[in-house]
Amino acid sequence: MSHLLEVEKLEVKFALRSGDLIAINDVSFTLDQGERMGIVGESGAGKSVTGFAIINLISKPGLISGGRIIFNGREISSLPDSEMRKIRGNRISMIFQDPMMTLNPVFTIGTQMLETLYAHRDISRRDAEKIVLEKLRKVHIPSPEKRLSQYPHEFSGGMRQRIIIATSLLTNPAIIIADEPTTALDVTIQAEIMDLLQELCDSEKMGLILITHDLGVVSQVTEKMAVMYAGKIIESGKTSQIVSRPVHPYTMGLIKSLPGVLKPGEKLYQIPGMMPNLTEIPPGCAFNPRCEIKEDICSREEPPLVQKESGVLAACHLKN
Amino acid sequence: MKNHMTRFRESYFFYSFKRDKVAMASFFILLIFLLMSASAPLISPYDPYDSHNIDIMNSEMPPSWYDEGSPEFLLGTDNMGRDLLSTMIYGLRISVLIGIGAVLLQAFIGILVGLTAGYVGGKVDAVLMRVADIQFSFPYLMVAIFISAIFQILFGIGSYEKMAVPLLIVIIGLAEWPVYARTIRASVMGEKNKEYVEAARVIGLSRPVIMIRHVLPNTLTSVMVISTIQVANAVMSEAALSFLGLGMPVTMPSLGSLIKSGFEYIFSGSWWITIFPGLFLILFVLVINLLGDWLRDVLNPKLYKG
Amino acid sequence: MFAFIVRRITQALFVMLIISMIGFAIKNKIGDPVRDLVGERVTPAEREQLRDKLGLNDPFFTQYSRFLKNALQGDLGHSFFYKKPALSVIVAKAPATIELVLGAAFIIILVSLPLGVYTALRPRSFFSRMVMGFSTLGVSIPVFLTAIMLIYIFGVQLNWLPSYGRGETVDIFGNGWWQSGFLTRDGLLHLILPCFALASIMLPLFIRLIRSEMMEVLETEYIKYAWAKGLNPMRIWLVHAFKNTLLPVVTVFGVQIGIMFAFTILTETVFQWQGMGYMFLEAVERSDISLLIAYLIVVGSVFVIVNTVVDIIYGFINPTVRIAGRT
Repeated sequence: MSHLLEVEKLEVKFALRSGDLIAINDVSFTLDQGERMGIVGESGAGKSVTGFAIINLISKPGLISGGRIIFNGREISSLPDSEMRKIRGNRISMIFQDPMMTLNPVFTIGTQMLETLYAHRDISRRDAEKIVLEKLRKVHIPSPEKRLSQYPHEFSGGMRQRIIIATSLLTNPAIIIADEPTTALDVTIQAEIMDLLQELCDSEKMGLILITHDLGVVSQVTEKMAVMYAGKIIESGKTSQIVSRPVHPYTMGLIKSLPGVLKPGEKLYQIPGMMPNLTEIPPGCAFNPRCEIKEDICSREEPPLVQKESGVLAACHLKN
Repeated sequence: MKNHMTRFRESYFFYSFKRDKVAMASFFILLIFLLMSASAPLISPYDPYDSHNIDIMNSEMPPSWYDEGSPEFLLGTDNMGRDLLSTMIYGLRISVLIGIGAVLLQAFIGILVGLTAGYVGGKVDAVLMRVADIQFSFPYLMVAIFISAIFQILFGIGSYEKMAVPLLIVIIGLAEWPVYARTIRASVMGEKNKEYVEAARVIGLSRPVIMIRHVLPNTLTSVMVISTIQVANAVMSEAALSFLGLGMPVTMPSLGSLIKSGFEYIFSGSWWITIFPGLFLILFVLVINLLGDWLRDVLNPKLYKG
Repeated sequence: MFAFIVRRITQALFVMLIISMIGFAIKNKIGDPVRDLVGERVTPAEREQLRDKLGLNDPFFTQYSRFLKNALQGDLGHSFFYKKPALSVIVAKAPATIELVLGAAFIIILVSLPLGVYTALRPRSFFSRMVMGFSTLGVSIPVFLTAIMLIYIFGVQLNWLPSYGRGETVDIFGNGWWQSGFLTRDGLLHLILPCFALASIMLPLFIRLIRSEMMEVLETEYIKYAWAKGLNPMRIWLVHAFKNTLLPVVTVFGVQIGIMFAFTILTETVFQWQGMGYMFLEAVERSDISLLIAYLIVVGSVFVIVNTVVDIIYGFINPTVRIAGRT
């Protein structure tokens, strides 16, 4: 059975004057129809780059330098831009991190939503407006007719993110990639937006790739997940399994540092040290300088991503 | 001292200078220009101010490589029979003098106003900056033309021309000080709440001392970048004023007045009187601008975006 | 929005008041209205009598308020040379200058928009580098030199284009006021060199401005989002990015149009263009103070009005400014 989306050994590099910088390396995962997946990691781990790589929209001087991305049985990472545009925003939509920056300040909401439809459908203005209103209702925007002629700055952050979600729904995409969709929002609104996303994915049978540093959100929303560290996937599998029985010491650290598992008065756990800069990834396991259980082999050999006892994939020499 | 030199040689500033060929070339050309203007009496073939050297019979002679030219006058002569090359070098000297003088004056006024406004704040700040803003909203060239027109009528053209150099310095200085005032004020506002100023205040230093000893040095990067561009602007302003007849007289020409005097002869084919001083002026301004661009890129100060 | 407009207009009036005060102070100090009216052949006793009659011995502020009152009624003094009200002299010269500025503005828009956008989209291409190189060179050439070189090349050497005067003009309103060069072939030919010369000062600035604003906009999240929506590149560049680029450019353009009026003094001198700038220099040579002050006030008002209108228009296009004005 073939998957909806298959990412195989994806590699992205940034061609800098000082030499090439590998931003993500050997990243593979799959997504099925209606499946929800989380990609977790610290900032700089390469999770956003992975998201943008799927729709082939990496900022220069970055480029996909290896691997394949197969969507609906078709290799899309090497498509010419004109072909890729038919997929982008149509079959695969993206939701950005900061809703305050994502909408163009000088165009009305209506214009910005309608143009998406016009780009992908041969459709009359009347029909397009009907779809726009329908989607705005879906994301619970009150009296959407009045809202169409308003500018982004007349909306709150949460409202804007709803509008962006509605925009991404316009073409009934197969996959939504959400890059930290709630990070820039107030805590109370974060939950609302996540609930909305989950509800929509269920009702529309959409796949979701949720990119976040927030393991808590991932554990609530997604079915499977991948943990990224220094440009690589170091653990992936079913979310419930990873959250309850993490294998990789880094994942364990992430879970331990979740405030939810604390007893009152206990100090919040913090993984010692910092993720290395992409230019100075240590030899062996990239995590070894911060690892509490490391042995000699860890700084010599890079651990492969293999199946462990619990059924998840993890890249660690020591744990099983 | 030696320590300073080695530190300079190892600095990022010097490193990027060595890497940038345009900046290096500009710097050396500028250096030549400055040396030329400083040593004009020594290097120019003739003294254009000395009437013994001027023979009206020699007027409008083309450059020496033309048949009608004479090897005595490398670039030909102007309409009054002066050696063009010498007159240009002396003209450059005047342009440089006025340019630098005017920038020193603008910087002085601007820094004074900017520091006061930024540090004292409140009403003083509001009034000073309002004045600067209003003047800034008018093109400086317009202001300069207007002030010089008024001065010329006030003093009469004869005495205006006699005092032209200091007057032009004052005119261009008065026309462009707001650039400094606004930038300095912006950086003072940025600096004044920083801890080191707080600390200086706590140990009981007086306001003027804090401003001059502590805040001012931190604004110097911006001042340096602005000043480079402003010298180019001042030289251009001087040339424009002189071209309009509101600047240096033909008897003691700057590059601008030389171009003006040549312009009347361009229709009769004596292009060199205008074109040589013109190219001289363009090259001079160009290298200053290129250096200014480079300085801005390297030092990257927060300039006031007007 | 209304509050914003009111505030902006109050500011403008305040600036005008200051300009008029400066103008009056200069006139009061060095002008000689008696000479403006009767010339120089009068005895000192007659002069004194006239001065009293004209109120020239009144206190400063009495005279200033009189000056202001007259100015508001369109009386900006009497030109000594033309023996006419100063304002009517200026009004008669204005069309020539306005056509020059309009022609130059047209050239600037026509050239700088495509070049600015192109150099922003393809910053590394050979053509873009050429454009940027020329624009650095351009800012270093004084406008009168550009004008002279244009005359020398196209007028004297190639003899393609006329190099001075306005050529054949047409009376637009039938009352002899607005003689336009836009409507005849000869008039247009005469406009080409002066307009290009005047445009040359602003072109490098605008190309750089449009380029840097556009490059900044292209880096924003909302442009990236527009790409993610799968929009056509032309729509992203020419609609999304361009409109955001235009906002700051429009403001600067308005201000620069005003600045171009200052440079008309230089351009008109070189091309012997019978406009306000040419008139201004003649007035300086003739010590025609009243005309000078009238010029100061007229050009000052043009400036203030242009700046104010531009700000208000900017408020209309940019929704965020409007909100700021409302509160």
